[in-house]
Amino acid sequence: MKKLICFAIGVSGTLCILLGQDAVINVSKEGGIPAIAIPDLRGAGDAQKFMAAFNETLSSDIKSSGRFKLVPKTSLPTFVPQQPSDFQQPAPPPAAAPLRGRKQPAQAVTPTNGGGRWMQDWSSPPAQANFLAFGYTAAQNGVLVLQGWLYNLAKDTPANAQLIGKRYLGTVDEAGARKLAHEFAADIISLFGGQSLFGSHIFFTSDRTGHKEIWMMDPDGKNQRQITRFNNISTYPTVSPDGSKIAFTSWVKGQPAIFIFSVDPVRDLRYYNQAASVNQAGSFTPDGKQIIYASSAGTGRCCRIFAANLDGTGFRPISSSSAIEVEPKVNPKTGTDIVFSSGRSGPQQVYRMSMDGSDLERLTPGIGEASNASWHPDGQHIAFAWTQGYSTGAFNIFTMNVATKEYVQLTHGDGKNENPSWAPDGVHIVFAKTRGNSSQIYTMLADGTQLQPLTTTGQNERPVWGK
Amino acid sequence: MFSKRKFSIICLALALAMFAAGCKKKVPAPAPPPPPPPVVQPPPPAPVAPTVSQFTAEPSSIQRGQSSTLRWEVTGAVTSVSINQGVGTVQSTGNSRVSPSDSTTYTLTATGPGGSTTSSATVNVSAPPPPPPPPPPSNPPVSIDQRLGSDVQDAYFDYDKTDIRSDARDTLSKNAAALKAILSDFPNASIVIEGHCDERGSAEYNLGLGDRRASSAKEFLQGLGVPADRLKTISYGKERPQCTEQNESCWQKNRRVHFVAGQ
Repeated sequence: MKKLICFAIGVSGTLCILLGQDAVINVSKEGGIPAIAIPDLRGAGDAQKFMAAFNETLSSDIKSSGRFKLVPKTSLPTFVPQQPSDFQQPAPPPAAAPLRGRKQPAQAVTPTNGGGRWMQDWSSPPAQANFLAFGYTAAQNGVLVLQGWLYNLAKDTPANAQLIGKRYLGTVDEAGARKLAHEFAADIISLFGGQSLFGSHIFFTSDRTGHKEIWMMDPDGKNQRQITRFNNISTYPTVSPDGSKIAFTSWVKGQPAIFIFSVDPVRDLRYYNQAASVNQAGSFTPDGKQIIYASSAGTGRCCRIFAANLDGTGFRPISSSSAIEVEPKVNPKTGTDIVFSSGRSGPQQVYRMSMDGSDLERLTPGIGEASNASWHPDGQHIAFAWTQGYSTGAFNIFTMNVATKEYVQLTHGDGKNENPSWAPDGVHIVFAKTRGNSSQIYTMLADGTQLQPLTTTGQNERPVWGK
Repeated sequence: MFSKRKFSIICLALALAMFAAGCKKKVPAPAPPPPPPPVVQPPPPAPVAPTVSQFTAEPSSIQRGQSSTLRWEVTGAVTSVSINQGVGTVQSTGNSRVSPSDSTTYTLTATGPGGSTTSSATVNVSAPPPPPPPPPPSNPPVSIDQRLGSDVQDAYFDYDKTDIRSDARDTLSKNAAALKAILSDFPNASIVIEGHCDERGSAEYNLGLGDRRASSAKEFLQGLGVPADRLKTISYGKERPQCTEQNESCWQKNRRVHFVAGQ
């Protein structure tokens, strides 16, 4: 299957979808993205009290996948099937009665819709859905059970329509209900070539305790929890490809130095820094065995780009300019080239270079300041922050095709927008938006739509999205 | 005295009186009475040596550095009195202040026609106890933080620049003198040069700018003779602004190097 990547440019706001190689459903191009109807599911007995959380999570995951148009619940039929046997076939029209005598038999009224009991109730106006997700939950033997189905409404009978018919299990509490919703949504999304973000995490810097520390949270902003407790300045996190480790920079030992921690359990893995006034963590290599970073080692002035093992040994410089070169990021697909910010031509710009230091090229055209480059999982695009068209320091998020250097602007003023990081699904971006004196973390789709704030407490910044 | 004329008249009168007495009739005179026995004059007494009625040292025990007073009184026929140990010739009665550094016996020698007499007085000298330390000064000494705060100023930079501009040159030149004095007064201290940036650029890049600003300042100060091994640098990028308003006045305040005492 050909990989198609395009990014919305004009006002049409149409999102073209990145299709994975294993897509099962071939999305029809004329109709745009498919419409899915998801009526509120209900729970039997004890399960019902968690269904608000369940339904909210299910709709939110499906909506934010960017692969569906969610039919408004007000357009849905009133009868909601809970299992396949709830469906009925529309009644055939009655045969014409033979004419006898002068009395005509009263014409039987043929119902034109089943109120929700017929599949066509869901595919016809006003719902006009292509797909229907339905089911129910119940608490059984101390376990919360979800029976979930996905129907293709283009088919003629329920038996032929079933794409998913599955049982999911969780704990009998709100967290369990949310988990079931996440898993059901994940199955639906992956059927359409997407990747659920459930199970991935966003790492970020927060000062809500009075000091800048590294924190993590779920992609919907839930379960925010503190990782470092250095009571100092700890920031600039980056996450390993498998999501198990983070590297970051902290002033806890005096000068800014690199730390590598495992995430679960939280543990200092003891990175040995070069003696230098600045050591700033950059990113992990795709094999997860090395990091690249910026350091003032050797020259005594920040910074050149180095690579080293995860314990700090085997360090070697990659770049050789005398300018400030920082935040290097390795291509996650090839592992052989990097993007980074450099002041070698004046105000900072985004550059690309091979890991051996050759093939250097500047990606941004040299207007304004460009920073915070972040690779798309496809290894062919980046997102970055740029001040082009705005005053100094007024950054916006852009995406760029690295080969062609064509770029697309995703945010348009409304504060400073910085540190974009791609989600593993290649469709979402997490970034930080600063309005006045408040900096908060948002997600959005790769076309700049569906902005979703994730944080509210303290100053929150520098997010990275890990598996 | 008498005048010569009066004297002659008296002598003439005396001579006439004696002649008259001698010119009387000769009468057999009685035998003259025996003359009184001759007075035997005692021989003059032999001369005696002088007496030292007093020779003391007061106090007799002192600590090194203190003094004692020698007092003496010599009576009798005295021609000279002297005391040794550098005191010298003295009057018969007197006193003298002495400050020997070690225990010393002074000997007084009184000499006269009858001979000489000596007397001694000893001054015992002991080592003093260690002196008490001076009392704490009523004004506490100025700390290095106070010195840095009053004598060493921040130097400022242009946006996205790390070179020392002319006003910074002046500031750092003055700072050099103050830093040399401070480092001399606080021989164990080191100074940390902090590099800072304003909030507009990206934080990651600003970490580098701050580092280079601190290095530039350090090199400049080194060139003016501030000992390099006593100067350290640290960059805070834009992580520690000293103001947060979004205007050039605040931004300029943040584009700086700042000096603090090292830990």
